[in-house]
Amino acid sequence: MKFVDEFRDGAIARKLAKTIAETALPDRQYRLMEFCGGHTHAIFRFGVQDLMPENVGFIHGPGCPVCVLPKGRIDNAIALVQQHDVILCTYADLIRVPASAQMSLLKAKADGGDIRMVYSTQDALHIARAHPQRQVVFFAIGFETTTPPTAIAIRQARAEGLNNFSVFCNHVLTPPAMRTILQAEGGASAHIDGILGPSHVSTIIGSQAYAFCAETFHVPLVIAGFEPLDVMQSTLMLIRQLNAGTAIIENEYTRVVTRAGNRKAQQLMAEVFELRPTFEWRGLGMLAQSALKIRHEFADLDAECRFNMPAITTADVKGCLCPAILRGLNKPTDCKLFGTVCTPENPMGACMVSSEGACAAYWSYGRFRRETTKQEVAA
Amino acid sequence: MCLAVPARIISLDASTEMAVVNLSGIHKEVSTVLIDDAAIGDYVLIHVGYALHKLSEEEAYRTLAMFDELAQMNEAEETLDEIV
Ligand code: SF4
Repeated sequence: MKFVDEFRDGAIARKLAKTIAETALPDRQYRLMEFCGGHTHAIFRFGVQDLMPENVGFIHGPGCPVCVLPKGRIDNAIALVQQHDVILCTYADLIRVPASAQMSLLKAKADGGDIRMVYSTQDALHIARAHPQRQVVFFAIGFETTTPPTAIAIRQARAEGLNNFSVFCNHVLTPPAMRTILQAEGGASAHIDGILGPSHVSTIIGSQAYAFCAETFHVPLVIAGFEPLDVMQSTLMLIRQLNAGTAIIENEYTRVVTRAGNRKAQQLMAEVFELRPTFEWRGLGMLAQSALKIRHEFADLDAECRFNMPAITTADVKGCLCPAILRGLNKPTDCKLFGTVCTPENPMGACMVSSEGACAAYWSYGRFRRETTKQEVAA
Repeated sequence: MCLAVPARIISLDASTEMAVVNLSGIHKEVSTVLIDDAAIGDYVLIHVGYALHKLSEEEAYRTLAMFDELAQMNEAEETLDEIV
């Protein structure tokens, strides 16, 4: 594929690896957090870690919307189907995520619930148009990348007077989560020397959104594309900054990320959504001003206003280390359930469900190389 | 979840702001509401049925050239090593 394959060239990867090995100072550690699950996936799939010297290690961050969605929200969605008889439209990523009491959307569907996987918010609107007698709810999740399409659907539903359509909004924001991780002191999160910044979130919010990393925390951040050469080049840029003692925001992914981001998308989001005072993140707890809710001007299209949806707090499966993994404190292989009780076919925690979750990435690509991965973040 | 792929616009309907893109030989309908001045032939980043951003071919080639330069630098050093 054009503009993809060129960024996967193995020969260049080896050359880049050589430069990285020569640039990394042998007497220090480089603990780099890739915030996005997309990067976690790429690092494992293309074996990027294996091309790094021992003292350069990746810490897998919380940037996987499926992984950080608390169970209670999935319980809420299941209740919509079972108690309110709605047609629930969801992105496929969510379908197998474990909810409470051994439930999942997939099981609710098998039990007769009308749950439909959609590719786009446009599909959810089609379903609502085709079933005027039924209530159709779109289960919206995702970071800033996925939020503008939800905003468009809400505006469109309003314009068309599609009053059997509503949105269960679970959109979350990247910068507050990043701030939480950088702020956490005293072992609540792993120590981080530098950050590989989000790819596609940044196409929307722009590179300027991360200024606080450098200004407040003196941590360098390089916005990196999702292809392996992008990840390697960005890693090199971070190592150079750390060697020089600088902390600035750099952009390796200039082909789609600008300083200001996509203004049109930002305006749309601002028109339809406002900040929630607080929102629960799996693994990170309650984070202030970290998520979006539908503005009250659009309250008639907000499933949380239309249906009675109690706040549900639930405990995660005993032994599941997802919360610590999402903070970079543990590796999936530290979890006793990993690969025994918990596998992608039978996930116990969310990190095993999405292919972007750290546990699933380890399971698919990394479980035979535990030894090398263990040394990588010797903190 | 945040995965998005580059694809080329092959036809456009300005009235509905919908476009057809070529994604490795597959034709897909996407919305262009989020981008300005979409044009046939443009590469755009596709995510959940929407074009999120135009891809700057110039910047893409600049990044690739940067990799290349780096590779050549390495090669030059290697030859130098051999000579020395
Ligand atoms: S292996 Fe399973 S149970 Fe253990 S941390 Fe990962 S998702 Fe949770």
